[in-house]
Amino acid sequence: MSALVEVKGLDKAFGGVHAVEDVSFAVEAGQVFSVIGPNGAGKTTLFNLITGLYTPTGGEIRLNGESTTDLEPNELAERGMCRTFQQMQICMNMTAIENVMLGRHLKLKSNLFTTLFRLPALRRDEAAARARAAELMEYVGCGEYLETEASAMSYGALKRLEIARALAAEPRIILLDEPAAGLNATETAALEQLIRKIADEGTTVMLVEHDMKLVMGISDRLLVLNYGRVLAEGTPAEIRQNPDVIAAYLGG
Amino acid sequence: MLNRLMQSRLRGVMVLALILIILPAFLGNPFHYELVTQMAIIAATVVGLNLLVGYAGQISLGHAGFFGLGAYFTGIATGTYGWPSVPALLVGAVVVGIIAWVVGRPILRLKGHYLSMATLAVGFIIAIILNNERALTGGPDGMPVPAFEVFGWELSTFGQYSLFGLQIEGFQAWYIFASVVLLVAVWFALNLIESPIGRALRSVHGSEVAARVVGVNTAKYKSLVFVISAVYASLMGSLYAHFQGFITPAVASFEFSILFITMVVLGGMGSTFGVILGAVVLKLLPQVLADFQELETVMFGLILMLTMIFMPKGLLPTLTAVVSTKLGKKKAGGAA
Repeated sequence: MSALVEVKGLDKAFGGVHAVEDVSFAVEAGQVFSVIGPNGAGKTTLFNLITGLYTPTGGEIRLNGESTTDLEPNELAERGMCRTFQQMQICMNMTAIENVMLGRHLKLKSNLFTTLFRLPALRRDEAAARARAAELMEYVGCGEYLETEASAMSYGALKRLEIARALAAEPRIILLDEPAAGLNATETAALEQLIRKIADEGTTVMLVEHDMKLVMGISDRLLVLNYGRVLAEGTPAEIRQNPDVIAAYLGG
Repeated sequence: MLNRLMQSRLRGVMVLALILIILPAFLGNPFHYELVTQMAIIAATVVGLNLLVGYAGQISLGHAGFFGLGAYFTGIATGTYGWPSVPALLVGAVVVGIIAWVVGRPILRLKGHYLSMATLAVGFIIAIILNNERALTGGPDGMPVPAFEVFGWELSTFGQYSLFGLQIEGFQAWYIFASVVLLVAVWFALNLIESPIGRALRSVHGSEVAARVVGVNTAKYKSLVFVISAVYASLMGSLYAHFQGFITPAVASFEFSILFITMVVLGGMGSTFGVILGAVVLKLLPQVLADFQELETVMFGLILMLTMIFMPKGLLPTLTAVVSTKLGKKKAGGAA
């Protein structure tokens, strides 16, 4: 089996508290794989471990067969991983489109010389990056904000902007941390469409989300965490039937 | 859109060029020329510092150290060892760049106050070395620096030159030279900001986490911008030494570092043309307040505080915003 992301016995302790404990699972390429669980179950910690923001206290993470446990986030980005954040991370000192163009950082090769003299090669690349960023903003549904300062945009638009930035990196796998948080019903429906589109185009999606309707409708597989441990893993149908999950989380 | 950006960038440079061309009409005597030439050299230094402070959001309270190193490298290489000016200036910049890289690698891991303290210490160490190495630097008494010369052609404030058939004095020639240097410094800075490298730098300021997850090696970019701003300072320090003809360790002093930072904050962090305005205002201030010379440092401190409280974005961005609101425009994007 060729899992894109493989997690084995992953452990993260903050002092004496195990935020993530002995978590193992595998994500196949092309899946929508969701992580659910009550608040404080360790979902975001898990994402931070996978994307290299935290270093695990134990266990191993493999991306496409390569151990990535000790890699920095930017090195993971080079290997095709990108993410969004629950607490949005937008550069408020830039315009919307510049934020998305930042996502193309690794695709743009430039040296100091071509930059200082702004040689034609750089101008061409910049124009192409700008065009691609505009397309992506259209794609995620914030095309009307191209030259708007990020600091002047609404919450919902910024959430989509963050996804556009992640997509600009052309990742093989994108991790979305609570993309629907704070969105209204219409916006959530639009988000569901968007995630589906991303997945249909071949990008693997990992999702942390509280909106059960969204998660159950969209996921190929689910991982349920509780107190940092794996409570269950399976298809949405299996999870819905699982008595442990019902007791701990979904309710009657 | 790209065209519009290009235009706004070139427009700013053209306005600045125009001001520099018209300015001599208002300059009556050599002292005025001296003042604006100093302004131009220091403004170019601050444009470089702004890349670090305004765009990448990293502080340096020791930047006069690099300015001083450039000045003394030129002074010693051309004065003591008889090097030509241009090689001295370039080798000095490379040496200072390497020093900045070596020093920057470890200290740029620090943030906020800790980074301030570390850069402050770097500035102090450089100033102390310049003060104590009497054999090389002349110690606190300073050292003379020969005139700027290229292939036997000297640019001296006391010279006489002819340019396009016009007879001009040495201080006027220096003014033209410093103006061209400032324009080039600004043009490079603007090109840098509007580029993938510039976006990476700004993202370090905007959200370091976001920068890292899209693949920006933030440590590398922090070092890069630290080195670039140090090289700006070194080059301008070299020119300053030639222009003044005499340097003392005061060029590397803490007061000078603070002056640079105040110019950036007052003019507008992250606004290339703003910090030039900051440099102009703070260079003029001591002339206006000549009677209160002892209070100069106090005034700088006060200006810094008041700017932070009442116009945290700085002079030029605030003025631009006010003007565009008055004109009923929606957005203030003028100050690049």
